[in-house]
Formats: sequence, structure tokens, C-alpha cells
Amino acid sequence: MHAAVVVFPGSNCDRDMAVAFERAGAKVSMVWHKDTVMPAGVDLIGIPGGFSFGDYLRCGAIAANSPICQAVKAHGQAGGYVLGICNGFQILTETGMLPGVLLRNAELKYVCRAVGLRVATDQSAYTSGYAKGAEITVPIAHHDGNYHADAATLDRLEAEDRVAFTYADNPNGSARDIAGILSENRRVLGMMPHPERMAETAHGGTDGAALFAGLAAQLVSA
Amino acid sequence: MKARVHIMLKTGVLDPQGEAVRHALGSLGFEGVEAVRQGKVIELDLAPGATEADVTAMCEKLLANTVIESYTVEMS
Repeated sequence: MHAAVVVFPGSNCDRDMAVAFERAGAKVSMVWHKDTVMPAGVDLIGIPGGFSFGDYLRCGAIAANSPICQAVKAHGQAGGYVLGICNGFQILTETGMLPGVLLRNAELKYVCRAVGLRVATDQSAYTSGYAKGAEITVPIAHHDGNYHADAATLDRLEAEDRVAFTYADNPNGSARDIAGILSENRRVLGMMPHPERMAETAHGGTDGAALFAGLAAQLVSA
Repeated sequence: MKARVHIMLKTGVLDPQGEAVRHALGSLGFEGVEAVRQGKVIELDLAPGATEADVTAMCEKLLANTVIESYTVEMS
């Protein structure tokens, strides 16, 4: 598996994400936001957490219009894998690659702690390493993680089994407890929690590691 | 030429910041405020020749997220 991690000014989980991919056996290339093409042979693009462009205007809005995002969109349209975590999820909704939007947390507070997540589907490369319905513990750290979409979109996400993770105890007001969603072809995942920060024993838990391991297993055999 | 863009959350989208302001007004003793919506104003200094259509395109592409926000453009 060859993964590219996109770095924006203000990204701060890019190295954590790269380490998680490497530990799962991937070759990793770091890509700067002003680049316009992906390195040859990239299977998966990671959009990391952080505060791209200072979260000015709206979280992820400026990053979504940076030069590299044309290449990210093209990769997604060609059926490639794209994983957006936290600010990366916000960027993927701003590009239109995933539906909906992340609003300010309902309690207006920045929330930074480990939370319980339910694996809502095992039908994706990202979640195949988990049992459907399993509860895992993964940290969150965000001010704008309140997932919002209109009722028709939410119904469609649920009907098409595209909700990847839900919160066991909703920390931010997200519609229908949604913590992460998949694209129509199930190859683009956006999620607010940080599996890369719960991927080795030194992190205090390894519940996030199966996401990267599952991905690597499917992409190596692909 | 200046353009002023007003961006508001659409009706029906929960505005937690507006709600917090409404609560604060209530606790300061200002009665009779039933709802508060908080938005933002973006002012653009435009080069000669720029049109309202250009500003609308900017709103659609970057300034507003039309999933949740509505906008109005004022030219002066």
C-alpha cells in the first residue's frame, strides 16, 4: 500500500497519521498543499487533523480549495481511497466528496477526551477489521464536530449502510450520533475521532490500529 | 467598488452561538428576545469591472457553505 498524507498550513496530525500508516506496512509520501499532483502509484490519500489555514472562514473551507484538493477529488472520482480524520473530515465535506457539514459543537465547547464509538458497519476497507456493533475507545479533539445534514441525506446514509461509526454517548450534538461516514462507493471515509492517536500501546490503547491494519490488508491484496 | 456579503445559517439549522447569546441576554435581564441568529459579514474591495455576478460566484465557491448557509450580496 502506498499512502500519501496531505499537509496544509496548520495540519498537526499529519505525522501521527503517517506513522499509523507506516506501522500498518504502508509506504508513505508527504504531499504539500501547493502540489498539484499525487506521487505515482498512490492507493490511499490521508487528509489529517489539525487547523488548516487557521480554520478561518469555516473549518476546512480554504483547504478544500487549495491546489492539491483537485488531485484529491480526481483520486476519489477515479475510485481511489481517501481517509479524512477530524479537520480532514471537515475538508472532505467542504470539497463535496462527502455529504453534510460539521457545525460548532452543540455545547459550544472544545471537547478533548477518549470516547466510546460503535462500529456501525463492517462493510468497508476501513472497518473490516472490526466486528459490526463492537464498541471501541478512540480520542476526539474538536470544536466543530457536530455532524449535520438534512433528513433525506441522513436517511440515505443509514439506508445505504454508509454510517461507519456512531458515538456511544454523543459528545457534540451530531445528527443521529454520527461520528464517521462513507462515500457511495465506500472508499472515502470521513470521521471526527482520531484512530491514529489510539494505535499503539504507548497511546494508552490500540483500538484504532485495526482501521489501518484492515485498510493495509485490503489494499495490499488489491 | 465594494461588496458586502452577509452570511447567515439557514432557517432550521441549529445555531448554538446564537442560542448562547440569547441565554446571556436573558440572564442580563433583557426580556423579550425569542431567538438570536448569529452570522458574519465579509467586505470585499473590488477592482473596477468586478460585478455582482463575480461576488455571487465567490459565495458559491468559497464564502458560504450552501448546505447550511444563505447569503446576500450588497454592492456599493
